[in-house]
Amino acid sequence: MSAYDKVLSARAADRKQGTFYIEQIIDEFTELHGDRNFGDDGAIVGGVGFLDRRPVTVIAMNRGDTLEERMKRNFGCPSPEGYRKALRLMKQAEKFRRPVICFVGSPGAYCGITAEERGQGQAIAQNLWEMAALETPILTVVTGEGGSGGALALSVCDRMIMFENAVYSVVSPEGCATILWKDASKARDAAELLGLTSADLQRLGIADVVLEEGNKSPEQIAKELKKLLAATLKETDRIRISTLLAARYQRYRKIGDLWG
Amino acid sequence: MERVMQKCRKCGRETPEEVLKSNWWICPGCGGYFRMSARERIRLTIDEGSFRELDPAMIGGNPLDFPEYDAKLDGAREKSGERDAVVTGYGRINKRKCAFFVMDSGFMMGSMGTVVGEKITRVFEYATENGLPVVGFTCSGGARMQEGVLSLMQMAKISVACRWHSNAGLFYMVVLTDPTTGGVTASFAMEGDVIAAEPGALIGFAGQRVIEQTTGQTLPEGFQRAEFQLEHGFADLILGRKKMKETVARLIDLHTPREREADRKLPK
Repeated sequence: MSAYDKVLSARAADRKQGTFYIEQIIDEFTELHGDRNFGDDGAIVGGVGFLDRRPVTVIAMNRGDTLEERMKRNFGCPSPEGYRKALRLMKQAEKFRRPVICFVGSPGAYCGITAEERGQGQAIAQNLWEMAALETPILTVVTGEGGSGGALALSVCDRMIMFENAVYSVVSPEGCATILWKDASKARDAAELLGLTSADLQRLGIADVVLEEGNKSPEQIAKELKKLLAATLKETDRIRISTLLAARYQRYRKIGDLWG
Repeated sequence: MERVMQKCRKCGRETPEEVLKSNWWICPGCGGYFRMSARERIRLTIDEGSFRELDPAMIGGNPLDFPEYDAKLDGAREKSGERDAVVTGYGRINKRKCAFFVMDSGFMMGSMGTVVGEKITRVFEYATENGLPVVGFTCSGGARMQEGVLSLMQMAKISVACRWHSNAGLFYMVVLTDPTTGGVTASFAMEGDVIAAEPGALIGFAGQRVIEQTTGQTLPEGFQRAEFQLEHGFADLILGRKKMKETVARLIDLHTPREREADRKLPK
């Protein structure tokens, strides 16, 4: 598959969203709504449940499956209140010493007047800043399209698992092609340049594990993901929180450090 | 010597550069703010003779072999005289010691790639280890596309360093200047203990054309300007250039704890 084929695969209408994996993996998931400040953003689903009998907080970007649901979820483009809901649930997880699992798959943060009025940039920044020192393990699973800062706001973590055909990019290939060549139809060429595939992210030290998709059914992938998450939590459980936070610091510290 | 003229983007009036240099880069006609280089900002903000630059020789490459990026970098270096889009260092502002960074819109629109990310991270680390406040001037179109996902990750990298600086009980003041957008707004520009904005500066996350194209809405007057951010609660104050030094110095005084906590350290 070319890089752009992966972009199309990550965006495919029938591609399973984070909420599908919650249904498959998390027992007794209970959705918790709202940011306690302004509203409840449908583009981000959050709540609590059990992963192998252990309580976890789960936060998932969701674009919806039917057209009606997509409208309700704003096609998976979160507003500031979505990021603030996610942060509220993360702080709750910290208090009750539950790990946080984030599912990332969104074209990007919503670009609109209302989002700017309510501080889209500030909401994303606040999440990065808080997640930098959140005193509980954070695992991020990139299932679909990781669209720029809007995806990053749920991605600061201790371990990143990335689906083989998921992508993660600073800009959409179409946007990049428009800026570079004033021609969105050259997105295929732009995709090759941006370093957005799971293999790229692993090579650059951003993704830890790539979950192979091949011809597996989504149910099969969910089963493997569950095993992987449980094993990862067992591993992070053994690490003292101060050590975990120091390692989280180093994890980001070394990205793109070409100067030693 | 030939007089270099600069045209005001607000009123169109042309003013000789040396006049602007002695007038805080403010248009004598309409009072509008010109963008200024990082070096000019440092000259106007840091006490004379106190400026020490950190990582002055740091230079980036083309980590993803992006076509035409090398040539673009060469062009920007020649035009601006800088190696990349940020100057960092330490010095004094009205005698108060601080570490600082100043972004430069004259270098590829102040865009953030790995060099910008690394230098700003290092200045936060330097300040954490030396118990200093950080004063930062943002000015950026956002992440630098030509470094792909590595640029995006600089947002996380700087945020993590900024958080550890904060956890050490140290003060970070950021001044948002024209323009501050995209990934810079969505990270360290909005992480200050105090967030000031220069009058009239464009400050926002999404670009105005992108918003118009994707939503079809007409943007209200003054949308995403400094005054809009103040009104919506995202800036602490609007800070003009003539009051910049004294205000920053006073805020540093007000944020210096009498006894500093001893846990200034970075993770090894």
